[in-house]
Amino acid sequence: MLTNLRRVMRSGLINFWRMPVVASASVIAITAALFVVGSLLLAQAFFAGAVVDLQERVDVSVFMAPEAAEEDVLELKRSLELLPEVKSADYSSREDELADFQESNQDNELLAQSLREIGNPFGARLNIKAVDPAHYSSIAGFLESDSALSASGQALIDRVSYKKDVVDSLIRLIESSTKIGWALVIIFIFLSVIVTFNTISLAIYISREEISLMKLVGGSNFYVRGPFLVEGMISGIIASFIAVLLLYPSVIWVRNQTADVYGGIDLMTYFLDNFGTIFLTLLVAGAALGIVSSFLAVRRHLKA
Amino acid sequence: MIYFDKVSKTYLDKTKALNDVSFTIEPGQFASVVGHSGSGKSTLLKMIIAEEKPSKGKVFFDSTNIHQLPGHQIADLRRRIGCVFQDFRLLPAKNIFENVAFIMETAGRSEHEIAEDVPHALDLVGLTPKIWSFPSQLSSGERQRVAIARAIVNQPDLLLADEPTANLDPTNTLEIVDILCKINDTGTTVLMTTHNKGVIDKLGRRVITLEDGQVTRDDKTGKYVL
Repeated sequence: MLTNLRRVMRSGLINFWRMPVVASASVIAITAALFVVGSLLLAQAFFAGAVVDLQERVDVSVFMAPEAAEEDVLELKRSLELLPEVKSADYSSREDELADFQESNQDNELLAQSLREIGNPFGARLNIKAVDPAHYSSIAGFLESDSALSASGQALIDRVSYKKDVVDSLIRLIESSTKIGWALVIIFIFLSVIVTFNTISLAIYISREEISLMKLVGGSNFYVRGPFLVEGMISGIIASFIAVLLLYPSVIWVRNQTADVYGGIDLMTYFLDNFGTIFLTLLVAGAALGIVSSFLAVRRHLKA
Repeated sequence: MIYFDKVSKTYLDKTKALNDVSFTIEPGQFASVVGHSGSGKSTLLKMIIAEEKPSKGKVFFDSTNIHQLPGHQIADLRRRIGCVFQDFRLLPAKNIFENVAFIMETAGRSEHEIAEDVPHALDLVGLTPKIWSFPSQLSSGERQRVAIARAIVNQPDLLLADEPTANLDPTNTLEIVDILCKINDTGTTVLMTTHNKGVIDKLGRRVITLEDGQVTRDDKTGKYVL
């Protein structure tokens, strides 16, 4: 068995080397398919990063009543943190709020004088981030319930700043972009596989006489098919190297084009950080595409 | 060794290639099948290697009904038969040594046997100097000799030659016929199709004549009569 395997491997390698035009056609087709797959992987990472960035910028700001005791506010913060929908709840004291306001209005002497006369008019603030944007509604509901009252029944909250329209739009955007993203991924991968399969089929069609002869002189299906599968695998492996080499300058170009675009990850950093995974994915996908396409293409000529 | 029992073959387009053909080829015989183009000669050979199935009748190799063999046993049967084709059918990406060695590899022969037997088979057909050439670098006669070396390297019980001299000049034709005779002299059964009168007359061996898919003559030391 080992001898047979070695012979099949050697035969596939020799055929690949001695028929460079046919081999190049397969390599080019698989490279195109892998470039599409690699680009989609990076695009998906980029848009996922952009969505996360957008999610990070959305929160519910709860402005507490100035007379609310700090203990009661911290108790409300602890209650919020116990909710599974809440990712984080950051506390900003009355003093912090005043300091922030003064810093952002330090050039306005009139405001500064007014504050000195009336004292600190600000209440504390809680900034709440949800695990999922869809949870903001239920968090808002919690804040409107009795949980937001002090032990003496006094209302703790002055107002809740919750941009419902923005959050709802964000949810719709994420849902539809996920669906469109997956549809595009499936369509492009399907098209790439079809193009690759047809190119390899054509390359193997050229060898149909050879396949029929091998069968007529008593070659087993393993012996006849084996070298073509090896050729397909070699094409896939070489194509994965070329695809990665092509992705590198493409990533630099896209990064430069999208540098000023709001949100998202640094594509180059992502590419370099995940280089091993991306390369391994393309290597496995390329080899599999070459082997499966060759297997199916040879099968139709094996019926002699 | 080969027995055709009332074999008929009708293709899907209603063309009748063979019609109630019966004959026997004994072990060690050299038999030629002659007939015009379309008389059914190639169909007859294709049935022996299970490339075609009869519409009626049976074809036996020894006592085995060829067309009742399962797929994996057909490969075994084909390894017992050497084939020489009119158009040579060499593998273009392999050199001459590899073209011949391929047959031995499919039969599971060892590297040592391959290294010993392939040069010997090529020597028998006078192609030792071309052992590392590729088919595209050889003349038609040389290519046919490679095909013969490939057909005999596994020492088959039967050698089928389908119009082996059809694409050759008279000199090469005679050389190929001589080689086939030598192979037959070693005990290998040879069944050849041809429409070359000179070849048949020179051989002076058994001749089966096919006309419109029917055996019209079967002469033990026949001449080309059509």
